[in-house]
Amino acid sequence: MVVFQKPHALTDAPFHYCPGCTHGIIHRLVAEVIDELGIEGKTIGIAPVGCSVMAYNYFNCDMIEAAHGRAPAVATGVKRANPENIVFTYQGDGDLASIGMAETVHSAARNENITVIFINNAIYGMTGGQMAPTSLPGQVTQTSPYGRDVKACGYPIRVCEMLSELEGPEYLERVTVNSVPNIRKAKKAIRKAFQNQIEGKGFSLIEVISSCPTNWGMTPQAALKWIDDKMIPYYPLGVYKDRSAQKEEAK
Amino acid sequence: MSEKVLMKGNEAIAEAAIRAGCRHYFGYPITPQTEIAAYMAKKMPKIGGTFLQAESEIAAINMVYGVSSAGLRVMTSSSSPGVSLKGEGLSYLAGADLPALIVNVQRGGPGLGGIQPSQSDYFQATRGGGHGDYHMIVLAPASVQEMAELTVKGFELADQYRLTSMILADGTMGQMMEPVALDDLTVAPMPEKPWATTGTGMKRPHNIVNSLFLQPEELEKFNFERYERYAKIEANEARFEEYRMDDAEICVAAFGIAARVSKNAIDEARKQGVKAGLIRPITLWPFPKAPFRRAAEHVKAMISVELSMGQMIEDVRLASECRVPVSLCNRAGGMIPSPDQVLEAILGAAKGGN
Amino acid sequence: MKTTQFLFSGFGGQGILFAGKFLAYKGLIEGKQVSWLPSYGPEMRGGTASCSVIVSDGAVGSPIVSKPDVLVAMNLPSLDRFESSVVPGGMIFADSTLIERRTARDDVKAFYVPATKLASDNGYPTLANMILLGKILAELGEFSGEGVEAALAKVISAKHADMKEVNLNALRLGAAQ
Repeated sequence: MVVFQKPHALTDAPFHYCPGCTHGIIHRLVAEVIDELGIEGKTIGIAPVGCSVMAYNYFNCDMIEAAHGRAPAVATGVKRANPENIVFTYQGDGDLASIGMAETVHSAARNENITVIFINNAIYGMTGGQMAPTSLPGQVTQTSPYGRDVKACGYPIRVCEMLSELEGPEYLERVTVNSVPNIRKAKKAIRKAFQNQIEGKGFSLIEVISSCPTNWGMTPQAALKWIDDKMIPYYPLGVYKDRSAQKEEAK
Repeated sequence: MSEKVLMKGNEAIAEAAIRAGCRHYFGYPITPQTEIAAYMAKKMPKIGGTFLQAESEIAAINMVYGVSSAGLRVMTSSSSPGVSLKGEGLSYLAGADLPALIVNVQRGGPGLGGIQPSQSDYFQATRGGGHGDYHMIVLAPASVQEMAELTVKGFELADQYRLTSMILADGTMGQMMEPVALDDLTVAPMPEKPWATTGTGMKRPHNIVNSLFLQPEELEKFNFERYERYAKIEANEARFEEYRMDDAEICVAAFGIAARVSKNAIDEARKQGVKAGLIRPITLWPFPKAPFRRAAEHVKAMISVELSMGQMIEDVRLASECRVPVSLCNRAGGMIPSPDQVLEAILGAAKGGN
Repeated sequence: MKTTQFLFSGFGGQGILFAGKFLAYKGLIEGKQVSWLPSYGPEMRGGTASCSVIVSDGAVGSPIVSKPDVLVAMNLPSLDRFESSVVPGGMIFADSTLIERRTARDDVKAFYVPATKLASDNGYPTLANMILLGKILAELGEFSGEGVEAALAKVISAKHADMKEVNLNALRLGAAQ
């Protein structure tokens, strides 16, 4: 008999996330991976500024709250201080791809041996639905009320594609969590990103296309469908870089 | 006394930090403090430490935040414009009660300013530099030996009270060479840090390093607790040097390079029959109020000598409770007052002018 | 209490800072209080470089030399800029290979040494600084004792130990002028 249990790596604190938000699923996936790899006792998580700002209350491992965008720099410090620790950051699109872009790019370029979980839901959630660096062309937000005008605001940033041009990073994959099969794939990717760190391979970033029904102004179900219809065509799923696999192929 | 070697102030800071147990340094190149980074780049790999040239000052201070969270001694250094960029991190370090050592080898400002020595970041350093209610311990060395000694002290105080210490030097102090006796440095053992995020080991509840408290009652409580600690620091850690103050009629207030210039002027004033003396704050925060309060009982006037448009003068007036006139003798923008300029100010004050 | 304030000035690359460091180390070895302060910044590359050195029996106050007892001018701009700042009764040492004029001051002792020419004639073209320094030490009556050699050992790294003898020769050559 299979009994549904909460992963040990999650605390008993109830999530504060909106109904239909996929942060809860992703937290759970990360926690399951930590459990399965048996690394909770040596894992340090770095929470961002954004909707997941209070992730430090949800994970049972030691946690650090970073300034907005600075999680990869904080993670660099933690990892350099104690290389035997497993260090992950959990960051949204504003945190990682806007204010913290320099920290993202440079930690990837250095191939810091850390794991980055990047939640891309194309909007600033915590502050109430403003345009994100990943908001789609034409997407209506509080700060793009007539739709994102690419002439004025530029184009969304495809983080995995951009980082894949760097020599540094070990592993880059984009996944989503809008269906059971996709959730399974996402977990596999997250597991690989942690496993890479355990093996000392370096920087792994998993971009998770996520939903924000509240700020997208949709029902949870419509939001999951919007991921398929709008987000994935702009942000194709898949592995963007896997250096170890490339090396294997080269052999 | 151990053997003395000639060292630049910047190098003395770096070497003292290593001797204090600091094995992690993060920085970004900026004149006139780059020798610190260069020294660390050379030494750290040989002693199993980390030197990392960060992509920005912002990244560097956040790497410091990470190492400090892990419970280890860590530092960064910069000069004025770079310290402005670190302001965010300084506030977060304060909010999370994390110890660290920050070095500011000041240059003239505002803006990109220049690269010559200045003391114009006094307000920024002593009033916090970032947002929110907080203080840093601010140490102002006036010799290369003190650059080394106060670096060690900075780490110790930071660990003892769980806050950031800042070495507030200037381009002169960083670039000059003087004899320094490094083997005389003593380092107190690092206290236990049960709050550090080093992994639960599945043996204790998780530690959280954090500065976010959305309940105002809770945030207020932490602010009050922090200020109780600050009160202890103010009571116990104010440091200063008095020079020829016993019978002084004119009290010069100056720190760092300005204090050294002032000593020359004071000696000359005494030769000319004017009894001048110096109070040199070694901690700028906490500001040494007591000697100024005492001096206000017997001096005719005070002169604040600064490489700025007059910043410490506010603390001198507060500490002396405005009982005597306090005037400013200053240069700014990278210029340094000459002993003659200070002498003139002393002689003028002795005559009762301003 | 005796305090001697030195100001070295010349082009970047003439070994101004090195000469100052040697003198500071010599003072330190001989039990004096010393300070060494360079000019710094972009002008260090090719422009005017200067360096303040103070050697004193007592504590050194300001490390900035604004009224030198001894001015060492290794190019004309340095003499132009600093000769008026020398204290009355002070000394000026000028590299007469590069500076054609004499000082207008009649209240200081001036010494003109063709240091650059001597350096190249004797096969160590980069050591005009040490030739001038040798002359200074001789005039100050300080070219003796273990301080000179011990200071050279401090400022010349072990990697370039063979340069010690050459520097010493340059100092001696200067002292003989």
